[in-house]
Amino acid sequence: MTKSFTRMYAVFLRQVYLYRETPIRFFQMFVWVLIDLVLWGFISKYFSQSAVSPSGIVTILLSAIILWGFLNRVYQGLIMFFLEDSWSRNFLNMFATPLKLYEYVAGFVVSTIITSAIVFAVVIPLAYVMFGYSLLTLGFSLVPFIIALFIFGVSIGIFSVALVLRFGPVAEWFIWPVAAITGPFVGVFYPISTLPEWMHIISYALPPTYVFEGMRAVIGGGAFSFSNALTGLALAFVYVFISYITLSCVFRIVIRNGQIARFGTEAL
Amino acid sequence: MSTTVLDVRDLKKTYRDTEAVRGISFSVNRNEIVGLLGPNGAGKTTTINMILGVLEPTAGTISVDGFDVRKERSLALDRTNFAAVYAQLPGNLTVSQNLKVFGLLYGATRLNERIPELLREFDLEKFAHTKTGVLSSGEQTRVLLAKAMLNSPHLLLLDEPTASLDPSTARAVREKIRAYTAESESGVLWTSHNMHEVADVCDRVLFLSHGSILIEGDPRTLPQEHGKANLEELFITVAREPLSLEL
Repeated sequence: MTKSFTRMYAVFLRQVYLYRETPIRFFQMFVWVLIDLVLWGFISKYFSQSAVSPSGIVTILLSAIILWGFLNRVYQGLIMFFLEDSWSRNFLNMFATPLKLYEYVAGFVVSTIITSAIVFAVVIPLAYVMFGYSLLTLGFSLVPFIIALFIFGVSIGIFSVALVLRFGPVAEWFIWPVAAITGPFVGVFYPISTLPEWMHIISYALPPTYVFEGMRAVIGGGAFSFSNALTGLALAFVYVFISYITLSCVFRIVIRNGQIARFGTEAL
Repeated sequence: MSTTVLDVRDLKKTYRDTEAVRGISFSVNRNEIVGLLGPNGAGKTTTINMILGVLEPTAGTISVDGFDVRKERSLALDRTNFAAVYAQLPGNLTVSQNLKVFGLLYGATRLNERIPELLREFDLEKFAHTKTGVLSSGEQTRVLLAKAMLNSPHLLLLDEPTASLDPSTARAVREKIRAYTAESESGVLWTSHNMHEVADVCDRVLFLSHGSILIEGDPRTLPQEHGKANLEELFITVAREPLSLEL
């Protein structure tokens, strides 16, 4: 019995060491609860004050969930492809080949386009069959919305790849919630006007804000705003450019300090 | 075509206050197997990582077939391949899938014929559709060696390639590499802690200690030149008392 407790203590002690050596692990303990708290707080606030009809609420929620799910699918798809190399400690093999960084990233993006398209092709008919709702009712506006969300998803995916490459496997702890953290700011389920003024600055700096605001306008019978869609698209391209530059800089750092050859060491 | 396949000049790597590699120069010629020897922490793997372009040197130059690894990375790595026990291939892909992926990455030609050839050569045919991760360490090493030969590299870097192989397979691998080096226009840089193997396979050896090349020469005559009975005794002296060597 005593030996059993000793062994359980050994397992517990290992966790203590890990948390003590890399305090960033505490981030994971709080982040999801805080995201849910903030998100549901604003959702409740919006629907308690909103005059939207129950059928309108269903349409808004289903559209928002599908588009938000698409963004998350793009982002998670891209980092999952990258994490396969991290989990199998494959970076030395990969980067000792003639492979260039942009080729590596382009390979992920192409894979992500295909997986996201498959998800979309399944979810849209499923929403129609189960709830009689078709996202295609958004019409032409769906095209810039999807492109902006895809590009933004790719940009945060590339940025997350840079974080893991720079800080080692421990950075996986804080890349999973990256997209979710933007959730409360971009107004997936409520208009930006629901948020306090100080949050608007961040909201309007994020491309999905223009998509979800545009989506609600189209569903509410309003006109599709080309300028808003273009702003969202332009911002998404800016983010993808910044993310790629960040990844390039990180790649140079990890080649200089040898981290790519001994990936697995935590640098946090 | 130049006789030199790898040319390393004044190569240096410094990590903060630690000098891992201290301005070493050496070359590997075509049809030559050069042993890079030294105790743990001598700088062998650091040197190999710099040649592979996954670690940037603090100073110095490396060229493969005349292509500078830093400036013409893809062209230099196109002609290079490696096998190291610490760089296993992804375990969740089958042996054939891994060879296909890396064959494409290295731009290997005639891949559909090359993969079966290598599977046969390294006695891996029965594992072609087996997940690499479930193979024994010796079998995985053979997969790594097959991967290393995919693009028929002009420069082959082998970091302890026979460490997890049984004596019979290790001998077969040594014979294969020797034959490949003799028949092709390739050179090999080979690290090993097995001095009998080094004496058997290498045409020339470099002894590395604390990031510097201490001695260099023919592994069959070098021990006598330094007053030692054999290569193993010379290795132990390099590792423990490098200053006592008759240089």
